[in-house]
Order: sequence, then structure tokens, then C-alpha cells
Amino acid sequence: MMLVRYLSQIGRYFLMLKEIFKKPTKWSVMRSLIFKEVDDLIIDSLGIVAFISFFVGGVVSIQTALNLTNPLIPKYLIGFATRQSVILEFAPTFISIIMAGKMGSFITSSIGTMRVTEQIDALEVMGVNSLNYLVFPKLIALLLYPFVIGISMFLGILGGWMAAVYGGFASADEFVNGLQVEFIPFHIAYAFIKTFVFALILATIPSFHGYYMKGGALEVGKASTVAFVWTSVVIILVNYILTQLLLTK
Amino acid sequence: MIEVKNIKKSFGDQMVLKGVSTVLDTGKTNLIIGQSGSGKTVFLKSLLGIHTPDSGTISFDGRIYSDLNADEKRELRTEIGMVFQGSALFDSMTVEENIGFPLKMFTSKTQKQIKERVDFVIDRVKLIDAHKKKPSEISGGMQKRVAIARAIVNNPKYLFCDEPNSGLDPKTAIVIDNLIQEITSEYNITTVINTHDMNSVMEIGDKIVFLKNGLKEWEGDKTQIFKTDNEAVTDFVYSSELFKKVREAVLKEGN
Repeated sequence: MMLVRYLSQIGRYFLMLKEIFKKPTKWSVMRSLIFKEVDDLIIDSLGIVAFISFFVGGVVSIQTALNLTNPLIPKYLIGFATRQSVILEFAPTFISIIMAGKMGSFITSSIGTMRVTEQIDALEVMGVNSLNYLVFPKLIALLLYPFVIGISMFLGILGGWMAAVYGGFASADEFVNGLQVEFIPFHIAYAFIKTFVFALILATIPSFHGYYMKGGALEVGKASTVAFVWTSVVIILVNYILTQLLLTK
Repeated sequence: MIEVKNIKKSFGDQMVLKGVSTVLDTGKTNLIIGQSGSGKTVFLKSLLGIHTPDSGTISFDGRIYSDLNADEKRELRTEIGMVFQGSALFDSMTVEENIGFPLKMFTSKTQKQIKERVDFVIDRVKLIDAHKKKPSEISGGMQKRVAIARAIVNNPKYLFCDEPNSGLDPKTAIVIDNLIQEITSEYNITTVINTHDMNSVMEIGDKIVFLKNGLKEWEGDKTQIFKTDNEAVTDFVYSSELFKKVREAVLKEGN
């Protein structure tokens, strides 16, 4: 019974994706909606992403340094480990999970509130495709999400460099040398392919939970929590699948 | 004119509308009344196309809704104005943005023309000093006026109101009722109001349809409702002492 319910929800989710692209909203209106979503979802997230990335990068660097107890292991490994951790996993995946909480709950609660206050019914009665009006601008705005992750990568490594150098764990040259050792450019492509897919997940799963919620204010809160859980679960699963597909031979 | 023929609607095993037929007249305020659970919200949502009836037809001046293609349905929807129970104003927009929204979405009017039309309807619904305010910054009565202004800004042929007086004090409720009635006759709109407010029935009930258990139990106007012998209607209308006394007075006057 539960399986049937999950399958029906998944089917409904894909039908929703189809609806988003039907009957597009007038471009002049859509343009201003996209700018608003860029501001709400991308610009407003930069502060927290910068803060978390910088300090987590620092922590990765320190922990790596503290685990290098064997004097034969070169210090440049601190830079190497920080680069690999930040670029491959921390920035694309863990920032996306944090964003599932921040952006995702914002998306679910704003759409859910529109549902309970009949604003979505008002759009439908007027003849507006409410899914296109509400979700499409979010999808377009989140095409800028890879820039957020790019900033996260840069600040994570900067944080690691500062912690290593100013903490006395490695010299600047050693850390930078580590950043360059065995650098595989495809890892950057892999990270951004993941990021792009996560952006689509971040825009649509919380929208789904907000759009189809029923009830009142309490249910809006519950829907936000459920949306966060499912967005995180899907990000983790997709992360595993993409890593298998893109990094294994 | 909206003609409803034998519409039925079920949700799962529960049949909410069991075959309702009526004609809702143009230029008149048509009130749908009935107890909670009588099916009036489902009836209104079926007229609006939010619910699709299982059987029966709804025709808008001869256009049968279920026979229209997607483009024709969209076209028809631009002729509909709706005032929701909770006003359903867009939180993120100011009052004038809310009112101008249908024009911005569905017309090719310039910003200047939109502004002129918005100013006109704001004056018409007597909204004062509210242009730049957000819905959360104005009173419930003003929110209803904004909702009415938004509903009529694109010159609708059909105006639907779901419990327009809900949450308003009696004096403001009468003002809103009168405003709806004035607009209905002024612009010759087919207005359908879903209500259980007997003051509205007395004030603006040009035509009243009484629903009970998903069926049309009675229909008439505001003078006939006080003289009917239909037990279900009298039970509903005279549930308060005040209206019992009103009826006695009306019957006495009639005799």
C-alpha cells in the first residue's frame, strides 16, 4: 500500500514537471518573476554558503594536517586532500543538502502558503498555468546555482589554505603544490554536472510538496520538513548514481 | 446567463452534488445558500471549472464548458472574476499590482493604460490610500474591496464570490454586499454569490438557490424566501430569533 502511494507520488511529480512547461506565462511577467527568484534563491543564499564553505574548508585542512602523523608523508597532502574533499563532495553535495533546508523550505512554505490561502486557485481561475507561473522561474533562477557552488569551492579551498598556513600546519607553497598535484580537470566537470542535476532537484521537489499540500498553516510546516527530507534523500541517491556513472571505469 | 443542467459530482463514494439544475441570470445577484456540507462550495467550484462535474452541463451564454477546447476555456476564464472567501490576494504584490495583475497577464495594455484602469477601479470600490500597501497592511474589509477590484478590472461577464462577507463586521458586510450589487447592475454581470449570511440574502438576493444534501431544494427571490412554506428553507432561514421576528413582521404586513 505504501509502495503504491510512493509510486503514485512519483508519477504525480513527473506529470507536474510536464505541466510546468505548458501554457507559458507572458514573457514580460515571467522576466520579473525570474529576477525575483534569482534574488530570493541565489543572492540570498550567498552569505550562508560563503560562511559555511570557508570554515568547513578550514576544518578539512586542519583535520587532514592533524592526521598526518608520519613524518614521511609530505605536507602538500593537506592541500591535495582539501581540494579533493571540497571540489568532489563538500561544495556540490553537502552545500546542496544545506540548500535543501534553506531554499527548499523557503520554496515549499511560500508555495504551500499560496495554496492554503487560495492564491493558487485564484491564478487557476484567472486562466494562469500556476505551475508555470510558480515553478518555471525557480528552475531558470537555479541555472545560476553552479555559480554558487563555484564560489563555495573557491572559499572552501581559501579557508583550507588560511587554516593550514596561519595555523602553522604547512607553508603556502606546500599547500598550493598540493592543490596542483594529480589535478584531473574532469573532476571539475563531474562536480558541475552533479550541481546542475541537484539544482533541478532543489527547484522541483520542494515545489511539488508545496503545490500539492493540503490543510492549513500546520501542514505548511510539515510539508517543508517532508520536502527537506525527500530533497536530501534524492540528492544523496542521485549523487551515488552520478558518481558511479561518471567516475568509475 | 449561466445555465446549469443536472450536474452531479462525487468524491470517492460520497456524492456531493446529486443533480442540480438552475439558471443564473445576467445583471442579477444570484445567491447560493445552504447549510455547511450542502454542496454549495463544490457547486461554485464546478461553475468555475476547478472541479469537473461527473455528469451534466454548465453553459455560459450558450457555450457549454465541457465542449470547449483548451483555448476556448482559457478565453472564457478571462471573462470570469472571482472574489475568494479569504480574498486570495497575492502577498508579494502591492494593492495596485494585485488589481493590475489580470490586465498585465491577459491584455496588451501599456503600463499607462493599466495604471489608468487600476486607478479607475480603485476609485470605484472606494479604496483610499491603499495603492502602495501590501495586503497584510490593510483591513479585512479593504482586502475584500481589493479582491472585488481585481475581479472586475478586466470587465468580466461573470463574477463569482465565495462567502464575500466572511470575517467582516455587519456594517462592512453590508457595504461589500451593496458594492457587489451595484457593480452587477452597472456592468450587467452575471454574479453568483456563495453565502450563508442571511443579511446578504435580505439585502441583495435577486435570485436565491437553496441547496440541501447536494440537491436544489428551493429557488426564489428575497421576498419569496420569507413567505415560503418549504420546511428546509424555513429551518435554515429562521434559525435565529432575529429572523423569526422578521418573518412574523413580514407575514403580518402581508396579511
